[in-house]
Amino acid sequence: MLGLDDPFVLAAYLGIIALAVLSILYGLIRRNAARDEITEEDRQWALEEKKVDDEI
Amino acid sequence: MPDHASVGWIDIIVILAYLSITAYLGWLGYRGTRSAADFLIGGRSAHPIIMAVSYGATFISTAAIVGFGGVAGLFGMSLLWLTFLNIGVGILIAFIVLGEPTRRLGHHLGAHTFPELLGLRYQSRAIQIFAGALIFLFMPLYAAAVMTGGSVFAATQFGLDFEVALLIFALITAAYVIPGGIKAVMYTDTFQGLVMVLAMLFLLVFTYSSLGGVTEAHRALAEMQDMVPAPLAQIGHQGWTRMPAFGWGAPRYDLWWTVITAIILGVGIGVLAQPQLVVRFMTVRSRRELDRAVPIGAVFILLMTGTPFLVGSLANAWFAQHGPPLHGKLVQVLDPEKDHALVELMQKTDSGAWSAILNPKTQTPATAALIVTERQESEDVQGSRLELVGGRSSVVTYVKGDADKIIPTFIATALPHWFGAIFFLALLAAAMSTLSSQFHTIGTAAGRDLYERIAVKGQPREPSIRVMRLAILVGLFIAVTISYSVRQEYVIARFTAIFFGLCAASFLPAYLGGLFSRRVTKAGALASMTVGLLVSLFWLLLVKSKEAGAIGLVQLVTGGKTSILADHPNWPAVDPIVIALPAAFLTLILVSAFTRPPDEEHLQRCFPETR
Repeated sequence: MLGLDDPFVLAAYLGIIALAVLSILYGLIRRNAARDEITEEDRQWALEEKKVDDEI
Repeated sequence: MPDHASVGWIDIIVILAYLSITAYLGWLGYRGTRSAADFLIGGRSAHPIIMAVSYGATFISTAAIVGFGGVAGLFGMSLLWLTFLNIGVGILIAFIVLGEPTRRLGHHLGAHTFPELLGLRYQSRAIQIFAGALIFLFMPLYAAAVMTGGSVFAATQFGLDFEVALLIFALITAAYVIPGGIKAVMYTDTFQGLVMVLAMLFLLVFTYSSLGGVTEAHRALAEMQDMVPAPLAQIGHQGWTRMPAFGWGAPRYDLWWTVITAIILGVGIGVLAQPQLVVRFMTVRSRRELDRAVPIGAVFILLMTGTPFLVGSLANAWFAQHGPPLHGKLVQVLDPEKDHALVELMQKTDSGAWSAILNPKTQTPATAALIVTERQESEDVQGSRLELVGGRSSVVTYVKGDADKIIPTFIATALPHWFGAIFFLALLAAAMSTLSSQFHTIGTAAGRDLYERIAVKGQPREPSIRVMRLAILVGLFIAVTISYSVRQEYVIARFTAIFFGLCAASFLPAYLGGLFSRRVTKAGALASMTVGLLVSLFWLLLVKSKEAGAIGLVQLVTGGKTSILADHPNWPAVDPIVIALPAAFLTLILVSAFTRPPDEEHLQRCFPETR
């Protein structure tokens, strides 16, 4: 199949495509499934992160 | 090797245009929202493309494209298992399993670097200092791999000496990371990521179409099975479309252990404990953003690693069909039906006679397998008659076995010159996005995790920007020095694998334990990190023959052997991660079982959701 005789190489070739497809499906299915809210703690963390980043 | 290697006006214009766009985007970002933190502060969401591509661009560099692509050219398509792990572990497990817990823990504890995350989670200054020191000491090795990859490509593409290319690359890096580029400008990362995607797509389509399509290309490569160079065949290479021979206890299985344990497992698993990637999860706004980034991240990694691994392998078939003709004296007919023959390579002298090309290492005539296309009577420099055969060989012959030159040589020879300039930019993009995060991590490790944590008279020091900047300069200097001095077999991939393996063995058990277990203790984490590091270093210095032999200590201990287990094949080919990671996990579990668990109040702070 596909000119690849070694089943382990063929499995890797098809496997990477299958994983990419699985990832796309995951993203589509979970698109809005998780909560999306920013807490005050998140904002405080980001302000501190920005400070560290700016310092460098 | 390529006859059109030079810098033309088109190259200069394309490169200047690219640098201008990058600078413009950086300037735009500098004025407004530029980093993931800005998005969070503003309460807005970064587009999943921006999040995923920026993560991917940090992950993928010239090390993956030139280094590991070249290794695929040498060892074949078994490298696709690394792409499998890069997507399965580096994207799916990292984003889905580790991303949200890392983000939450980092925000609950106010951690901003990976060592700080570990230090605060285990309430241990020693852990933070240990992790910071390890990053500061060894990250330059990985940065050197990235710089070597870019420099080898520039040298091949533009006909420069490697040293000159490295100097230019180092100056560009310094200009990029020192004044402002080090800031995580997400738009710039994304632009660079898109350049990389387009270049890889073109490269993949071009390679397959120039070999007659997907199946034809694979078939052509499969038919070259008998042309594998003898030194590779002796360690288990069975052809570029086949896995190396599997077994234990004989040198003919060495390649399997090298490819699977060092190249595939070391990097495939090591990605989970990469400090510069872990901190990316903390800059994410929510689990939803992580979920949405999964598809783009997976497709990006598929293109960025799958393409060079396929193209590196297929370069062998391309050169066997379209490479410059080679000539030599027939040594042995390998396959009369396909007209494959082993020849002693020869070159024409000014007098018109043929003289042997010598292998620089052995000073004996260099041999190579050719697909014979012509035969003629000729005469050698001694005036003796000889049957001269002409034909083409695998890319491994054209680059004289130097894997790091396979991708650059293929691009410079097979593709249009204008594409070489574009591809160089894609590589520059890949290198800069990775280098900027590497040096950012080196800077924060030195400043925040070492300098500030190492107390003077019991008092932690104030933050020092000067220390961070100095550390970045020192890291850059060390990386350039390593890159300049060490030029050995597939060194780009090996440096990367060493760093990834060290991070996995030293950090992964403590990191996973810190995220998911309330029972793991400070002593357990510190012991696990120490065991992971020491076992890795022991293995690199004394057991793994490629690294130990190059460092030289083992020869002093054994009286000249390159491994203390040199008489026990295949141990010298096994990567440290196979021993060090399980040892570190075991240490974490055992020491934690016998030491006092963290207090409930602290655990409540770490995991308030599991009340």
